[in-house]
Amino acid sequence: MKASLIERLTEGAIATFLWLLRVAVVLVVVVGSALTIMSGRYSLEVYVGLVVSGLTLGSIYALIALGYTMVYGILRMINFAHGEIFMAGAFAGYFVVTASDKLGFLNQGPVTAMITIVVAILVAVAVATPIALLVEKIAYRPLRNAPRLVPLISAIGASFVLQYTFRGFFGPGIYSYPTVDFLDQTLPISGVIVRYVDVIVVISAFVMMTGLYLFVMRTKLGTAIRAVSEDKDTAALMGIDVNRAIVTTFGLGAAMAGAAGVLYALLFRQVFFLTGFVPGIKAFTAAVLGGIGNIPGAMLGGLFLGQVESIGPTLFLDGFNVPSPNQLKDVIAFTMLVLVLVFRPSGILGERIARSRA
Amino acid sequence: MNPTPILEVDDIHVYYGNIHALKGVSLTINKGEIVTLIGANGAGKTTTLNAISGLVPSREGQVRLRGETISGVASHLIVGRGIVQVPEGRRMFARLTVEENLRMGGYTLTRAADVQAGIDRAFEMFPRLKERRTQVAGTLSGGEQQMLAIGRALMAGPEVLLLDEPSMGLAPVLVDFVFDTISRLHAEGTTILLVEQNARMALQIADRGYVIETGMIVLSDLAANLRENDTVRKAYLGIV
Ligand SMILES: Nc1ncnc2c1ncn2[C@@H]1O[C@H](COP(=O)(O)OP(=O)(O)OP(=O)(O)O)[C@@H](O)[C@H]1O
Ligand SMILES: [Mg+2]
Repeated sequence: MKASLIERLTEGAIATFLWLLRVAVVLVVVVGSALTIMSGRYSLEVYVGLVVSGLTLGSIYALIALGYTMVYGILRMINFAHGEIFMAGAFAGYFVVTASDKLGFLNQGPVTAMITIVVAILVAVAVATPIALLVEKIAYRPLRNAPRLVPLISAIGASFVLQYTFRGFFGPGIYSYPTVDFLDQTLPISGVIVRYVDVIVVISAFVMMTGLYLFVMRTKLGTAIRAVSEDKDTAALMGIDVNRAIVTTFGLGAAMAGAAGVLYALLFRQVFFLTGFVPGIKAFTAAVLGGIGNIPGAMLGGLFLGQVESIGPTLFLDGFNVPSPNQLKDVIAFTMLVLVLVFRPSGILGERIARSRA
Repeated sequence: MNPTPILEVDDIHVYYGNIHALKGVSLTINKGEIVTLIGANGAGKTTTLNAISGLVPSREGQVRLRGETISGVASHLIVGRGIVQVPEGRRMFARLTVEENLRMGGYTLTRAADVQAGIDRAFEMFPRLKERRTQVAGTLSGGEQQMLAIGRALMAGPEVLLLDEPSMGLAPVLVDFVFDTISRLHAEGTTILLVEQNARMALQIADRGYVIETGMIVLSDLAANLRENDTVRKAYLGIV
């Protein structure tokens, strides 16, 4: 009797706390935004600028998030080494762009810059994909029937191995991407500042995501990937090569991440052995946000996170006179991860895990 | 007429960890026959089918198709050799459409025309599926799901069809429909191994039957004889 009373009290306290948390979050967002907007400190152009950079960042998150979500969908595991695949892509791109710069090719004009970027992306994909397949083969495949926690730990191990392998090869220093003059120019639109780099990142990301979506929805192998994600044994009974579907999934995710690595590095102009860590966790957040396992969810989650991270600090916090709110963008991103996990673990588009298992 | 065995299960032993689920099961299925495997819950019927399909490994013994051993061959390759299983509980790809489910059944087919012919045939057998071709399979009724499960398995054009409790959970009309379908497939030349709890119906359409108890075959005879067998009548037909 006594225990149950204490239990009931704790439960009540937790429920109250969660409610207060909801109210607090809503209050911060609503009041903060109202105060910021009314202060009139920022012009419309500033807000539009924030939306644009949020879109750019968000489409990179979306590209990476796809790899997390597809691998989760097919193996029910979080591939924590995915951020390192992204980092490998960024490194591969670095060498291509630098070589092009040294040859004096890079900055001859928009065309040579674009050719360099396309080659860098292709090389990044070609480097990132085999690394991911190797990780799958060595670190995950032998554990496919192990309890769920085991491949997760193996993934964290793989992540460290990759980070320190790159550190071993390239040292702890930061490599600066050469300046691509063309990317810094702004689009000839009056009022808003949109750089070519934003346009290129967003367009490349959307082209790749559309391609992936069509592949998964329209092709035979893509449909097989969805079938294997639902039920491996039955898929095998239909003659589907389950391993091939899994390897293809890893390959697709890695290709997206490798390309995203180059885009990210073009945007932030640097790469080093830990480059994959933060964007990796952010993209994981995006995948959870959209509903892990759900492909459109990952895209949506990425774009949403990009916006919240870009506009959020200024819009929510500036009104409260928080000093340099932009430093708090990671706080906002990860607070959101916690809130989603607490209040809606199935994400925006996700179904309840229990239902999808039925 | 000399019967030619098409599928032979030869003294297989299957373990789940320490559980000895099959203790030397042997079956022979001749070309064009319907053979039924009956037994109580947990007797090892599903395990037997899964051992044939290569989903569970057998520690001892062999499975042979047309005299060639297929033990150790990966499940997805066994489909290509001509054995397809309709698993227990229908096992739809719930988020795929009806048509996509059928296409997955035809995964081993390489020619688009063969896939289309298979889909047309499934829709001809089960017109209900045609009306629902773009609907996701998870929203189908139990009966429709069973039709889809059978239609999907037929896509690969199996020589031997393994059916695991196809009448489970269906209303009597639908049970009849499923058994009619099985008879039709038999008439068209498909060899069938039918696992059933509904022993009465199974023994009516089967040529021969095996009775399995706790991982061992305890009886095997012509279906007509099993129908008259006292043990079978008591244990599986509910006749005292
Ligand atoms: N994956 C598994 N892990 C452990 N034991 C299992 C597993 N699958 C089946 N078994 C055990 O093996 C034995 C045979 O099971 P099987 O599923 O083959 O029975 P069945 O005859 O198909 O029963 P039912 O009529 O209920 O479908 C049972 O004792 C069951 O508990
Ligand atoms: Mg069974």
